[in-house]
Amino acid sequence: MEEKIKFELNGKPVEVQLEKTEKLLWVLRTHFNLTGTKYGCGEGYCGSCTVLLNDEPVRSCGTTMEEVAGKKVVTIEGLADGDKLHPVQQAFVENDALQCGYCTPGMIMNAVGLLKRNPSPTRQEIIDGMNDNLCRCGAHTRIFKAIEMAAATMKGGK
Amino acid sequence: MKPDKINEYYFHDFDTPPSGMDRRDFLRNLGGGVIIVFSLSQLSFISGMKSRNEDEFPKFNAFLRVKEDGRVDCYSGKIEMGQGINTSLAQTLAEELEIGLDKVDMIMGETDLVPHDDGTWGSMTTRFHDPLIRAAAAEARIVLIELASEALKIPVAELVAENGVVYAKADKNKKITYAELTKGQKIVRSLSEKPPLKKAAQHKIIGKSFLRTDAVKKVTGKALYSADIRLPGLLYAKIVRPPAHGAKLTSVDTSAAEAKPGVKVFKDGDFVVVLHANPEKAEEARNLVKTNWELQPSKADNETIFAHILKTATQSNTRHKGGNLETGKKESEILFSNEYLDGYKAHASIETHAATALYEKGELTIWASSQTPFGTRQELADLLKLPKEKIHVKQIFLGGGFGGKIYNRQATEAARIAKMVEGTPVQISWTRQEEFMYDMFRSAAVVKINSGITKDGIIKYWDFNTYCAGDRGTDPFYGFPNHQTVTWNGKDIHPFGTGAWRAPGNPTNTFARESHMDIMAHKIGMDPLEFRLKNLKDPRAINSLKLAAEKFGWTKAKPPKGTGRGIALGIDAGTFATIIVEVTVNEKTGEVKVNRAVVGQDMGQVINPEGAAIQAEGCVNMGLGYSLYEDIEFNWGKVISSNFNNYSLPLFSNIPPVIESYTVAAQDEPPQGGGEPAIICMGGAVANAVFEACGARVFRLPITPERILEALKKA
Repeated sequence: MEEKIKFELNGKPVEVQLEKTEKLLWVLRTHFNLTGTKYGCGEGYCGSCTVLLNDEPVRSCGTTMEEVAGKKVVTIEGLADGDKLHPVQQAFVENDALQCGYCTPGMIMNAVGLLKRNPSPTRQEIIDGMNDNLCRCGAHTRIFKAIEMAAATMKGGK
Repeated sequence: MKPDKINEYYFHDFDTPPSGMDRRDFLRNLGGGVIIVFSLSQLSFISGMKSRNEDEFPKFNAFLRVKEDGRVDCYSGKIEMGQGINTSLAQTLAEELEIGLDKVDMIMGETDLVPHDDGTWGSMTTRFHDPLIRAAAAEARIVLIELASEALKIPVAELVAENGVVYAKADKNKKITYAELTKGQKIVRSLSEKPPLKKAAQHKIIGKSFLRTDAVKKVTGKALYSADIRLPGLLYAKIVRPPAHGAKLTSVDTSAAEAKPGVKVFKDGDFVVVLHANPEKAEEARNLVKTNWELQPSKADNETIFAHILKTATQSNTRHKGGNLETGKKESEILFSNEYLDGYKAHASIETHAATALYEKGELTIWASSQTPFGTRQELADLLKLPKEKIHVKQIFLGGGFGGKIYNRQATEAARIAKMVEGTPVQISWTRQEEFMYDMFRSAAVVKINSGITKDGIIKYWDFNTYCAGDRGTDPFYGFPNHQTVTWNGKDIHPFGTGAWRAPGNPTNTFARESHMDIMAHKIGMDPLEFRLKNLKDPRAINSLKLAAEKFGWTKAKPPKGTGRGIALGIDAGTFATIIVEVTVNEKTGEVKVNRAVVGQDMGQVINPEGAAIQAEGCVNMGLGYSLYEDIEFNWGKVISSNFNNYSLPLFSNIPPVIESYTVAAQDEPPQGGGEPAIICMGGAVANAVFEACGARVFRLPITPERILEALKKA
């Protein structure tokens, strides 16, 4: 049964008419045409579909619209401030922390969530925080550097 | 070129690119500016470009356009799947054309706009495509200087091009920009003789590190992949799949699915497809389709596959031969005979196969995650019985490929469905389960090596038999006075599709050879580095090995027990690669941790050092997967590995904390590329390091804790 669901998407209030069991991933990709959030495995193993839900990274492929109702969702499209990239995005660019780019939105959203919880993570805390996000190209080495650079930048208040 | 044809080539190293004929009037769609065209038959001047067969080459194969706004379009049939060629190709173009890298736009893989290309595979881009773009850019610079000569009334010899402007050498105030020169012009220049190319000493862009030019798009979610295309009225398609390869559909009942609002169902024999404007609804409806299948009896599973391969791979092909094996055996003082095994591996790109297609008025437009846009076009033209020109394959990013996206099954599925719902766009995006089912796996393989050495460590006898791994990487670059390399294959060996996987077959062949090298060295108590250097003959192989050993800080002194170092080297696609790793092995659990990996490569001229380092790191990290974790579980046609919970990719916690990448200085040599080569070394390097750490010799990839513990019992 379809119903009205209200939530905040990338800083703006939105309202959709759909079944509350529908998954956030597909609502973002098809209803809002926000295709930066990617399908990778559909079962929460790869993290390509990671978005922030009330500032916490979640797997949108397994998040129902019922869980989203009344909350704040931020996707990769909502991270930059106009043309000014978020420090995590900027650090991914400056460290070449990506290859094919497909896991990148999920990596960045998860890293943003990690830095919100822990602004100065150690290497081990980055490993623990990122371990469930998969990258097949093997960009891990530079993703570490990018997250460390972003943490330093954000601590500097930039 | 069709995938089956590509497989003939992909599993071998070759010195010239294979190619399929395709003439087209590609100038039709272009606007003004200076356009550079190649006639490939005249390109023998480009290093490594000797024609295998004149008729096989396309008439034209690379061109660029200096536009009226001063920007440059580079038209390339290659695709970007993460390997970074949209940056490296733009660098060579910018270097020879004398223009800023930020002024270059890469138009890639769009069949209506770019000249024919056989696809992005075989490490051919840097070896064979880069030289074409380089020559086109050099020629364009000459044309622009000629135009400037007319405009400025200054002889050509007194002009110089720099950063998009032609200047008088004597007076830099006398100048004209590329944009001014090309305004209102349409000059088509066919390249017929070798334009002078810069020497490495003159390079300002080649050999310098540049960040990826596609990074901003990729960090903002703006980079589009095939499933990101949104068209009005788009329907999402879900196909009814069998439970196993080889299963026959005996009955199907789609009534429950059809009863759902908004659902369309189409049947064409075994091909049953469910469509809906909402992808979740399409999947739900597909799951309501009731089917019965007749399964094939099992002939092998992931444990018994090796015996099955040895039984069925009965067609042999001698690839290398020299001296006399019997003589070699007689001259040997110690003989060795070992068998090495490797299971099936998935490509496991994080982007699954996807395609968005629209069939309208007898034409098909398609965005498909494909490494072979022109192959896709041909396949779809054959399928739909349309002329090739009626199929439009569009430019799109690929979310990884690694050889797995040479095969275009999802594109043919999308095209079939698009024709069923003519006028309505459709999208197919495989689930991860479908991806594991229809991936063209890296083949399981067996390598048997018989060899012999003298007591002082000279290899006299080398008999290498490789089953289902092809001959890539088997060049006898060690000095084998008496040797033979035989590849074995056959028909209907595998229950599912197998195909090209990053440096096809080479990781398996290199794992076997380099494990065997260490076994021989240890038998006579010789240092594995010394043993290799004693037998190596190829100077580029020696350079690669010495570079890695020096940077690693290799010594004859062994590390404390539990820690081990391992060397592996090999050749792939013109590049010599060595990897030396240090590992720690927990002898109680059999767990392996790679602490450090040092990569030393001779890849000729390096175009983007940063890009080369990234590829080396990627090879180490991805290669760790096949070395330690990845193995397809199956029972004949039933692929049991279905998602990342039962097929383990390397995680952040697994990857080596330190990876160092070095290249041999060879900037005046032809560029060979570094996308695939280093990955071949990981299996052998890890196996050899595990042995030094704990004495466990594991003959089968992946080197799992169980296999280490098993081997420790025998040690």
